[in-house]
Amino acid sequence: MKNRYSIFSLIKNAFSYHENWEKAWKDPTPKKEYDAVIVGGGGHGLATAYYLAKKHNMKNIAVVEKGWIGGGNTGRNTTIIRSNYLWDASAGLYNHALKIWEGLSQELNYNVMFSQRGVMNLAHNLQDVRDLKRRTHANRLNGIDAEYLNTEEVKKFCPIINTSPDIRYPVLGGTLQRRAGTARHDAVAWGYARGADEMGVDIIQNCEVKAIKRNGDSVEGLETTKGFIKTNKIGVVAAGHSSVIANMAGLKLPLESKPLQALVSEPVKPVIDTVVMSNAVHAYVSQSDKGELVIGAGTDDYISYSQKGSHDIVEGTLNAILELYPIFSRMRMLRQWGGIVDICPDASPIISKTSIKGLYFNCGWGTGGFKATPGSGDLFAHTIANDEPHELNAAFNINRFVSGDLVDEHGAAAVAH
Amino acid sequence: MFIINCPFCGEREQSEFKAGGEAHIERPKQPTELSDDEWAEYLFMRKNIKGIQFERWNHIHGCRKWFNMVRDTSNDEIKAIYKMGEKPPVK
Repeated sequence: MKNRYSIFSLIKNAFSYHENWEKAWKDPTPKKEYDAVIVGGGGHGLATAYYLAKKHNMKNIAVVEKGWIGGGNTGRNTTIIRSNYLWDASAGLYNHALKIWEGLSQELNYNVMFSQRGVMNLAHNLQDVRDLKRRTHANRLNGIDAEYLNTEEVKKFCPIINTSPDIRYPVLGGTLQRRAGTARHDAVAWGYARGADEMGVDIIQNCEVKAIKRNGDSVEGLETTKGFIKTNKIGVVAAGHSSVIANMAGLKLPLESKPLQALVSEPVKPVIDTVVMSNAVHAYVSQSDKGELVIGAGTDDYISYSQKGSHDIVEGTLNAILELYPIFSRMRMLRQWGGIVDICPDASPIISKTSIKGLYFNCGWGTGGFKATPGSGDLFAHTIANDEPHELNAAFNINRFVSGDLVDEHGAAAVAH
Repeated sequence: MFIINCPFCGEREQSEFKAGGEAHIERPKQPTELSDDEWAEYLFMRKNIKGIQFERWNHIHGCRKWFNMVRDTSNDEIKAIYKMGEKPPVK
């Protein structure tokens, strides 16, 4: 049993100059065999392992990660959490995650800094207005909090937005989900890792999967850089590299991996206390607790695993940001980076069994997976443990690309995720 | 960002081009004969290769012509460019 983090443990450790804190997770060498192995130690993978151990009593399991945990897209996103999706299936999925977020710090005994500061989505033309109003109504019918704001209300909620009718894409209104917000992305990975480790899950870093061993139509194990691991259940949560793993098993997925960029500015005093997203001009911005503006750019349109995107994408986003927020005109950007996102043709994820027995995929989160981390882990754990999807992820099966029953969130989501 | 040598216009910035995805996916000859699985394979399933990939590009802000490219997707290095209808270069 790990020592709980509390004010008392903080005081106690202050006496030893914070040099004797217990390790949050161990650094084990892989065992010969596990009941299940999760490939990918990001937030989704670690959450999957956590819920497998906690809710399905599968304790002899491992997470293998080719780099370090939380070093991929978990550490590269813009930390936005919301659930205001149009379609019923998506609403169910993302709102399930949001409900877990609301109690996650307490559950994990780890402060994930979940901040329900609201997410506002802007409308810049009449079609945006109609779409956002429709989505507001759809959200309410699904029990998701949603409000439609007119231009004055947008200005009141976030005063630094330029609501002049003279700008190129004037703000005609917007939606607001007050329960939405942000969380500390690294803490989510670390909190789940600590929780999973405590229940006996082996978290194995610097362990890259090289091959998947099959016996006919079922899996037998994984060849990794740390040797062969025998298992008959493999859950792949490899984000941008999902297709690479799928190819090892002789599967093809309906995914394309593309660079998605984000950037942060120099830190400044609090100036924006919410998250504002705009689909039409593609700009979204929030402010971190350190004071940096956190800005999400778009994806490049070509397939790449290079973790760097094109300059013109960043330029386009900053043009939009400056038009909406003239106050930022002399801000300097501090850092810029890219992550590789796996995008499905319908911009909805896959949480599914496959045609190979014991091989499960949780992928296709594209540009918006962070918000779903707890729900994704919970539902994927259910799918692996029972060899059947939960009712909330049944629609997100891989077979929808054959049946045609797609969950088309491309235009319907509040922004390009 | 990288420079692309358009076979019709010469070297231009990548932002002038539109990526068209995986190349050499053959349109079904008998669409009415296809099963749902075969349609899914044709429409949606992609190799999404990390490494040497054959793909299509369109010089959308230039000559608007399509052409093929061989590119290493792990570092965006262009290996070869060839016109539509031409045989892909052997690796």
